[in-house]
Amino acid sequence: MDNALIIRDLEPIFADILDQSDLRLAPESSASNVEGWDSLAHINLIVAIEKRYRIKFALGELQDLKNLGEMVILIQRKTRS
Amino acid sequence: MTALELQETRPDLRYVRQLPAEQLLQKRKRLRRELSEGNHQELRIAVLGGVTTSEVVDLLEILLLASGFKASFFQSEYNKYYEDAVLEPEKIKDFRPDLVYVHTHCINLRRFPLAGCSGTEFYELLSSEFARFQSIWNSIQAATGCQVIQNNFEHPPFQVLGNLDAVTYGGRTRFTNELNLEFAKAANQNPKLLLQDLNALAARSGYAQWFDWRRWYSYKILTTPEASLAIAGSLAGMIGSMFGRAKKCLILDLDNTLWGGVIGDDGLDKIEIGKETPVAEAYTAFQSYCLLLRERGVLLAVCSKNDPEIARSGFTHPEMVLKLDHFSSFQANWKPKHENIEAIAKELNLGLESFVFVDDNPAERAIVAAQLPAVAVPDMGSDISLFPEIVQAGRYFEAVNLSKEDLERAQSYASNAQRAGLEAKFADYGEYLNSLQMHAEIEAFRPVYLERITQLINKTNQFNLTGRRYTYAEVEQLANDGSYIALYGKLADAFGDNGLVSVIIGRSEGRLLHLDLWIMSCRVLKRDMELAMLDVLAERARDAGVERIIGYYGRTAKNAMVSDHYRKLGFESCAEDGGSSVWSLATPSYSRKSEHIEVRTVVHG
Repeated sequence: MDNALIIRDLEPIFADILDQSDLRLAPESSASNVEGWDSLAHINLIVAIEKRYRIKFALGELQDLKNLGEMVILIQRKTRS
Repeated sequence: MTALELQETRPDLRYVRQLPAEQLLQKRKRLRRELSEGNHQELRIAVLGGVTTSEVVDLLEILLLASGFKASFFQSEYNKYYEDAVLEPEKIKDFRPDLVYVHTHCINLRRFPLAGCSGTEFYELLSSEFARFQSIWNSIQAATGCQVIQNNFEHPPFQVLGNLDAVTYGGRTRFTNELNLEFAKAANQNPKLLLQDLNALAARSGYAQWFDWRRWYSYKILTTPEASLAIAGSLAGMIGSMFGRAKKCLILDLDNTLWGGVIGDDGLDKIEIGKETPVAEAYTAFQSYCLLLRERGVLLAVCSKNDPEIARSGFTHPEMVLKLDHFSSFQANWKPKHENIEAIAKELNLGLESFVFVDDNPAERAIVAAQLPAVAVPDMGSDISLFPEIVQAGRYFEAVNLSKEDLERAQSYASNAQRAGLEAKFADYGEYLNSLQMHAEIEAFRPVYLERITQLINKTNQFNLTGRRYTYAEVEQLANDGSYIALYGKLADAFGDNGLVSVIIGRSEGRLLHLDLWIMSCRVLKRDMELAMLDVLAERARDAGVERIIGYYGRTAKNAMVSDHYRKLGFESCAEDGGSSVWSLATPSYSRKSEHIEVRTVVHG
C-alpha cells in the first residue's frame, strides 16, 4: 500500500473515533489541526491502527512523530518488516 | 413507541456485547449517541483510580447504556484515589454519587514485604495496607452513604521468587493473596462494600494479555483494551445486579442441548447422556452446571419442540442430572418457541427481561432474538463442551449478595462427611474402601444400557476372561432371552460416578450356568466390584435353579491379569489346558463376599 492509500484507509477509522463522518486526512494532518484529536482520542487511534495493520508500536516510536504523514511512513515500515 | 420497537431501531446489548474492545472504542462516540436515545435509568458513578480510568469508564458507559442505564461519571485525577477519598471527600459528596468504584491495581500497593521478611513484619504490613483501604471505604461511606465497589488485586507482574513467591512471607504473590482474603472478609461483613474479583478477571484473561506496559509508561493505563473491557463488563454486571437487572430464569431446549440426539427420533435408549461417551459426559456436565445455577436460586424452565409426553420421558433416563421437579415451567409442544417463552413468563410471573434462552439451534435462537428482544439469547455455537462457559461469560446471573430465598432452594449435600473421609488415615485397605462410600447398581441388562454394554464388551481387553466380542444385535437378543443371566454393574463412589463398568453374560443349560463373558473396566480395579458382581450373579443363578456356575478363562494377548480370577473368587479348578482353564462354583453353599460396596436394586419402570 502506498502512503496515499494508507491515508484513505485510515480515514474511516479516524472518522469513527473522532465522530466526524466527513473527515478528510492529509499527510499534514496532526493533533493541532484536526478537531477532536486530543490525547484520549489518540489512545484509541493507536489501538485501532495497531489492530488494523496487525502491528505493535514499540514504546517511544510514536513520541517524535510530527504529523500523520510521518505516522504513515512508520506504518509502512512496520508492515513491510 | 414501546420498548420493544425501540430496541429494533438502535444497537442493543446483544450487538454491543459481541464487539471486541477495539471496535467498541473506535465506534464509541456513535454508539453513545445512538444508545442514549430512549428511556434510561440515571446513575451517578464516582471512579477513584490508581491508574488512568478513562478507558474503563468509556467502555462501562457504553455497556451501561446498552443495559438501560445512563451514567454520569466523576473520575479522580490519576492516582489520587486516596486523596480524593480520605482528604477531600467533599468533592465526591458534591457529585452526589449513587455508587463509588475504587479501582486500584497491584501496582498501587504501597509497600510489599522484602524477601526474607518475618511473619511479624508481613502481618504488620498487611494490616497497615488493609487499614489504608479501610479508611478509604469508611471515608466514602461517611461522606456519601452510598455503595462502594472495590476490586481486589491481580498478582504482581513479576514473581521474583518464582514459585516461592506464593509461599514465603517475602513473596509479593502471597502478600496479594492474603490481602485479597482480607478484602473478601471485609466485603462479606459489610453490605455496603462490594468486591469485584479483579484477580479472577486477570487470571481468566491471562496475565500476558492483561498488563500493557507501553500504555502504562505512555498514558498510565495499565491494562490492554481487552482487559479494560473485561473490567468494564464485570462492573456492568455488578451494577445491573445491584439495580435489579440480573436474569432470573434459564430457559433450556432439550434435544441436543440437555442431551445429545433427538428423543422423538432416537428414543430414550439412544440419547446421549451419562458418562459413557465423551459427548454424553459433556451433556451431563452442562446439566450439572444448570443444576448449580438452580441451587443458587436461578429458575430453570424447558422450552422444547417435542411431543410433551416424550419430552418428559427423557427425565426418566437414569443418567439425567436434572429431574422434572427442577423445572419451574415445562413447555414442550409444537408451537413457536417465542410463544412458549411468553407462556413461561406468564406462568412464572416474570418479565421477559428476566430470561436467558439456551438452544443449540441457531434458527430457533434467531427467531426468539427477533421476536423477544428483551430475552437474552447467547450464541451457543455447536460445541456442547463450551455451553457452560458461554452461559457463564454472559454474566447473566451476577449476584451482589445471595438472599435467603436464593439459598433456600439449595439443598446441602453430605459434603462434610466426604471431606472428613479424605483427611482420615486408613488402618487397612478395607477401611480405605469403606471411606469411598461405594454403591453399585447391578442388574439384568436394560434397554438404556445396551449400547454402552456393547461398547464396553468390545473395548475391554485386560479384565476380560474370555475375550469374546458381541454385536449390538447379539446383546439385544440375549437381553431378551430367558435362558441368559446377563448383568451389568455401575459403580459410584464419594468422588463421583464411574458409570457402567462391568458386564457378566451367563448362559444356563439345565442346572449349569456357563459364563461366556465377564469383563470389568480397569478404572475400578481393586475396588472389590467383582465380588459384588458375583454376589448378585450367584443369587440370581440360585433363584433360577442353577446349581453350579462354570467359569472359563481363555488366554488372550492382554488378559493375563485375570488368569487367577476364578481361583481368587473361590471357584474350584475343573480343567486346565495350556493357557485356558475351566472353573466351577456351587451356588447352594455360596455366601456373600462383598463387604465394601452397597448394592442397590433398581425398580424397573
